[in-house]
Amino acid sequence: MISHQPDSHEPITFEVNGAPRTVQAEADTPLLYILRNDLKLKGAKFGCGLGQCGACTVLLDDHAINACDTPLWSVAGKRVTTVEGLAADGRLSALQQAFVDEQAVQCGYCISGMLMSASALLRANVQPSPAQIRSALDRNLCRCGTHARILRAVERAAHAGADTGVAR
Amino acid sequence: MSAPAKLPQYLAANPRLDRWVRFDADGIATIFTGRCELGQGIVTAFAQIAAEELDLAVDQLRVIDADTELTPDEGHTSGSRSTPEGGPALRMACAEVRAVLLAEAARQLDIPVNQLVVENGRITGADRIREVSYWSLPHRELLAREATGQAQVKPVVRYTVVGRNQPRLDIPDKIAGRPRFVADMDLPGMCYGRIVRPPSFGATLLSLDEAAVRALPGVVALVRDGNFLGVIAQREEQAVKARQAMIGQARWSEPGLPTDADDIYRYLETRATVDTVIMKRENPAARARATQTFEARFTKPYVAHASLGPSCALATWSAERIEVWTHSQGVYPLQRELAQVFDLPVESVIAHHVDGSGCYGHNGADDAALDAVLLARAVPGQPVLLQWMRDDEFAWEPLGPAMVVKTRASLDAQGNIVDWSTDIWSNGHTQRPGTSVSTVPTSSLLAAWHLAAPIARIPQGDPAMAGGGGIARNGEPLYDLPNKLVTAHKVEELPLRVSTLRALGAYANVFAIESFIDDLARAANADPVEYRLRHMKNPRARAVIERAATEAGWVPNALSDGSSGRGIGFAQYKNGYGYIAVVIEVAMEPEFRVTRAVAAVDVGMAINPDGVINQTEGGILQSLSWTLKEAVQFDRERITSRDWETYPVLTFSEVPTVEVHLIDRRDEPALGAGETPTGPTAAALGNAVAHALGVRVRDLPLTRDRIIAAMELA
Repeated sequence: MISHQPDSHEPITFEVNGAPRTVQAEADTPLLYILRNDLKLKGAKFGCGLGQCGACTVLLDDHAINACDTPLWSVAGKRVTTVEGLAADGRLSALQQAFVDEQAVQCGYCISGMLMSASALLRANVQPSPAQIRSALDRNLCRCGTHARILRAVERAAHAGADTGVAR
Repeated sequence: MSAPAKLPQYLAANPRLDRWVRFDADGIATIFTGRCELGQGIVTAFAQIAAEELDLAVDQLRVIDADTELTPDEGHTSGSRSTPEGGPALRMACAEVRAVLLAEAARQLDIPVNQLVVENGRITGADRIREVSYWSLPHRELLAREATGQAQVKPVVRYTVVGRNQPRLDIPDKIAGRPRFVADMDLPGMCYGRIVRPPSFGATLLSLDEAAVRALPGVVALVRDGNFLGVIAQREEQAVKARQAMIGQARWSEPGLPTDADDIYRYLETRATVDTVIMKRENPAARARATQTFEARFTKPYVAHASLGPSCALATWSAERIEVWTHSQGVYPLQRELAQVFDLPVESVIAHHVDGSGCYGHNGADDAALDAVLLARAVPGQPVLLQWMRDDEFAWEPLGPAMVVKTRASLDAQGNIVDWSTDIWSNGHTQRPGTSVSTVPTSSLLAAWHLAAPIARIPQGDPAMAGGGGIARNGEPLYDLPNKLVTAHKVEELPLRVSTLRALGAYANVFAIESFIDDLARAANADPVEYRLRHMKNPRARAVIERAATEAGWVPNALSDGSSGRGIGFAQYKNGYGYIAVVIEVAMEPEFRVTRAVAAVDVGMAINPDGVINQTEGGILQSLSWTLKEAVQFDRERITSRDWETYPVLTFSEVPTVEVHLIDRRDEPALGAGETPTGPTAAALGNAVAHALGVRVRDLPLTRDRIIAAMELA
């Protein structure tokens, strides 16, 4: 059996979904592989590795980024939030619940990226216009054609958030 | 004793009841289906069917899909056939299970069967005093028998679960980011694989500095077998880096391609073909009334499935036994092809379906399964997770074939169509595992062609018209026309790898037919909706056309001032499945965009109405993406569109409002929904542009540049 110890490198510490995590890997390792393989957070997906499709979107200090082309060294000391970090106490967030309510999924491969881009939008703007929602999601591709439902889900979450103050 | 009833096809092939239903200790029933979840919601729809027949709640059911160890063999999950073909098999199996168990309950309770009440699996008499349950009965022994066809299925009027909206069972996990996909699997000791494909079709490997690659950090094994190259590493990013190094190191010779993306239509029309008259209807008297004849030529490029996640598989190789987790559409055909490649008995190969990125036909899933096994063979006992990179997918997935469709029609003095012909040039539309009828060994699996001891590429095939056809799918207009002639010209030479893509030939054929109908309506000075209805008696076809027009606020004979337009497209998928009419509205100012899509759909009984609507919305938007933007680019050497910038698809800012209206036909058989919208949407869009600008664009995709070019010609 082959061991899975990475080659010895400087440990890098950053916050993931509210908890400090320390990992050892090549400093230029894409954050996506660290999250999925070292931290076992499988929500963010590999789609292109080129920063073109958004399937790997996570939050870095509240901003949506592509984890596939973000090197590990660049997140040292920062806050990373993944789709697994949206739910609190085992309950889906209002944004996630809006996606369930709208059944805004076909295959679901893009959906955690969609949720994270929408979450970043709602953190910055609690009442986005439909045009702002489209703009915020424009770099997230969906191949199944679920766009109309996703737009409705984000609008629903924004409305819910306007009432409760917690949309994201 | 009554005569044995005819069982649904897949139940007859898999008659053991315990192959379909199992009652588990925890008050749960497990349903086994040979169909697989592709993102279309079939697992949920089948849970509804089983819950209905067994009088269980949906949340009492677990569904296990497509698994060579566990489920019936139902071939491929394709062609919108799961609900119409797999649904009746599962329904009948569940009805048989219920009947067998109720007979035993009647004996134990001493209550006649027809007086038993079943609720959530609890079985009582009307007095509700004595009670047994499915779980308390000797179900294991009772279900170890074959279906008889004697059980009665529940009448539709008593349905309480089927035909009502059911939230999809897989959505909560996917929303929460819990592992659901092949790519999310994580077994102890797992390594990561990547492959290096030849740069083009037919390329051969000249040299590779293997030592340089093996020396890279984390590399566990390098696999080189003929023109097949792969690498296994301890960590995923190490595998990616090693792959990149191999691409830089490898030297290839490339034979070149016989055509390119600009030349392909001339190429298709000038090759040797096998011509088949698909249908012919003759009425010389009607033809003699012709006063004008029109012709048109339509083209459709190669289109990629371009699933958002590249193809993926997890495999282990141990002691001549293969186990693979795959998002294939057909685990049993894949099992047989893997056994062939490795010269193993079929029983030595186990294939489990696990969800993958959205599947719209025969994509790279099966190929990735073979790739993963080829890598796993180099590290016996260790699981290898393989995922293609983005460019592997774009360059090597089987594409939807390029097509040329020519239409010809004659009108009488009143503008009615008295003669029609469709001629279609295309490669065959399938190279799926298990579709070969060749006498020599062939394989559909990509890597098998590249091995040092290769297996020949599966010959191109085309589904029979009995199954809806491929090249000529929907090549016959459904309209009541006195003369019809439909001819498929199957092009024998195969410049690029092709296979099934959502709706197969129906996308281009319906685009051509429904565009041409609009041109004929214009020639006849008729409104497009009225003109369609004039030629259509089928009441269900008429109903979707009328409903879509009404919901869209269609104004007959409305003129456009050039700033906007609306068009309609209609088809009954495969001329035997779901009916759909789509109205598309476009704005030409300030820039060309699609603003609204309105559809009316009749799929017979909709098992999960919201699921049908979701699939229809998706089909409309995917078709808009194909129709507005998509074309695989290739030159005389290789495919050149290998990422999302060179193969752009629909983005959120281009998405119109979408309204889908479902016509309730719960007394009609379920017809399947996934593929109906593609052609009608494309035609409706072309017709909307024609309505706005008075010009017809017949070459897909309908880009802004093509529209401007057509206006300059007009």
